[in-house]
Amino acid sequence: MTTTEFTNPDPFSGSYDTTDGTVYNLGGGDWDSIAAAPEGENERIVVNMGPQHPSTHGVLRMILELEGETVVEARCGIGFLHTGIEKNMEFRTWVQGVTYVTRMDYLAPMFNETAYCLSVERLLGIEDHIPERANVIRVMMMELNRVSSHLVALATGGMELGALTAMIFGFRERELVLDIFEMVSGLRMNSAYIRPGGVAQDLPSGAEEKIRETVVLLRKRLKDTSDLLVDNAIWMGRTVGVGYLDLTGCMALGITGPILRSTGLPHDLRKSAPYCGYENYEFNVPTQKTSDAYGRFLIRIAEMHESLNIVDQCLDRLVPGPIMIADKKIAWPSQLSVGSDGQGNSPEHIQEIMSESMEALIHHFKLVTEGFSVPAGQAYVPIESPRGELGAHVVSTGGTRPYRVHFRDPSFNNLQAVSAMSEGSMIADVIAAVASIDPVMGGVDR
Amino acid sequence: MSDLPVVPDGVAEIDLVGVRKGAFGSQGSGDTSGFGGLVAPIVMPGASIPPFGGWYDEVAEELALSLVDAGVSGAVEKIVIDRGEMTFYVMPENLVAFMTECRDEPALRFEMCTSVSGVHFPHDKNRELHIVYALLSITHNRRIRVEVSIPDSDRHLPSLVALYPSVDWHERETWDFFGVIFDGHPALTRIQMPDDWVGHPQRKDYPLGGIPVEYKGATIPAPDHRRSYN
Repeated sequence: MTTTEFTNPDPFSGSYDTTDGTVYNLGGGDWDSIAAAPEGENERIVVNMGPQHPSTHGVLRMILELEGETVVEARCGIGFLHTGIEKNMEFRTWVQGVTYVTRMDYLAPMFNETAYCLSVERLLGIEDHIPERANVIRVMMMELNRVSSHLVALATGGMELGALTAMIFGFRERELVLDIFEMVSGLRMNSAYIRPGGVAQDLPSGAEEKIRETVVLLRKRLKDTSDLLVDNAIWMGRTVGVGYLDLTGCMALGITGPILRSTGLPHDLRKSAPYCGYENYEFNVPTQKTSDAYGRFLIRIAEMHESLNIVDQCLDRLVPGPIMIADKKIAWPSQLSVGSDGQGNSPEHIQEIMSESMEALIHHFKLVTEGFSVPAGQAYVPIESPRGELGAHVVSTGGTRPYRVHFRDPSFNNLQAVSAMSEGSMIADVIAAVASIDPVMGGVDR
Repeated sequence: MSDLPVVPDGVAEIDLVGVRKGAFGSQGSGDTSGFGGLVAPIVMPGASIPPFGGWYDEVAEELALSLVDAGVSGAVEKIVIDRGEMTFYVMPENLVAFMTECRDEPALRFEMCTSVSGVHFPHDKNRELHIVYALLSITHNRRIRVEVSIPDSDRHLPSLVALYPSVDWHERETWDFFGVIFDGHPALTRIQMPDDWVGHPQRKDYPLGGIPVEYKGATIPAPDHRRSYN
């Protein structure tokens, strides 16, 4: 060990040479030697908010340049929840892909599944052969999902602004919807319920009554939430005029969903490009003209009521019938049923393939392990998710697995608006602006 | 390739992006099924022949006219109308001019570029990377897709951020996943992967990764090493 000589007056930073090479001290406290503050700007600091911060709406990192409490520059860092879902899907069958996409935007799994399935169905050319009952169930599940997603938007948004009662209310009501999902699909979230060709299983007995009761209860409870916040002086003080983004900004940044509708433009893909039979339902597209966080909050409240109206219409339209396409080369062979242990194949189907029909067993085995082939081509069928335009760009080269699936997730796109919404505002308003965008990082990062 | 498929009706030419060999993904081992020698071309939907019908003709004509007005020729390689979706295959050098007309021409008015996506076809010689833009016109309630093919050896495309600010993150994602360099992008950095990541994960020559899993004494290979059907 040779003696070392400190050339830097600060022993906790800088570097010094030894016979083994240069040794760097990373003790900190050397900020002045790295970046001097610009002339006249002695108050500017850079704050890293997140990715582990209770009010950034998930694992979102924000890099804020502050002068006092004013935000000079706001940038987002994302990717902390990237799990390579799109890459993984290229190594699974088309049906298995549903299980992956449902995990993207984890607050709107039914929408992910529908967007993916609609694109696959367009590639297969079976869009017109989806049974009516399957379409009604899809719409019903999506609208219930829209309610649960908006409830979380209110709940987390409220919590981030300090309204903890809104958080308790929102998650309590969301649980009602998740109970329905559990009853129908066997799973509260990530249910992989909507499949290419239809849905995985029919509604269990008693589901329609439960949904009807829940809709009644939700209407009553939603009124509690809106009574709590709509005319609340503190809530308005935190959200009115905050996170402003006008129509021009929305167009330039490709913003869709409640943010776009808060500028007064009634753009809703359920109206402009109906899918799953949305043209058969009566509902309004709520808009506001305020272009701010409060307007988006009002839109989400109104949309939940519209969604409940659509669920009512779905229940009236439900008639018995098949829930999966008749084409046996595409339809999932087994009929799932929710057993006492949660989920499983129907005993009748097991009886058939195991002891009655060898051909049925072969067919089942081929379709489950190999899957079906999808003709070569590409498709993009966007749908209106709770956060805006959600679409899957699906490319097939004629094989049994997707060649490429790219999700256009509204959260990913809308998060680009953080800079435009919050630069020049107070740091506390950044929280309100991000909450009004309602990004879901699972969808942003995929 | 000798066994090119017959060109179907209503299609000017076919688009060959690769070839599929054998069946069940078995390579080198004794495949006694006889499918091992199977060779099938992978053909994407080919160019459509006008008239296309519906609003497609209007968009195609307006675009052709405004491109002539702008002094751009040979921008559109072909137009594909497949499954009700319209795709313009555009030459990379004319991309900015083409997109400018799409956005500014009143009869077209594609206000939004909703997404940018990439597709990697390693066997499509000198057109390995396909970059796909999705355009939406709220005014006319129309959607088109714009596709550009670039060679893997020269992965440059002009950035469209100045035209459509919304593609900022989408282009960063395409750079991150496919290694496409968007010239003129204000900050073309990785967005999903860490800054020091090596490679571009969505490319077909990038492995999925994963390790074999031992389960009850048997070893199950990682998903990209399992026998697969194709």
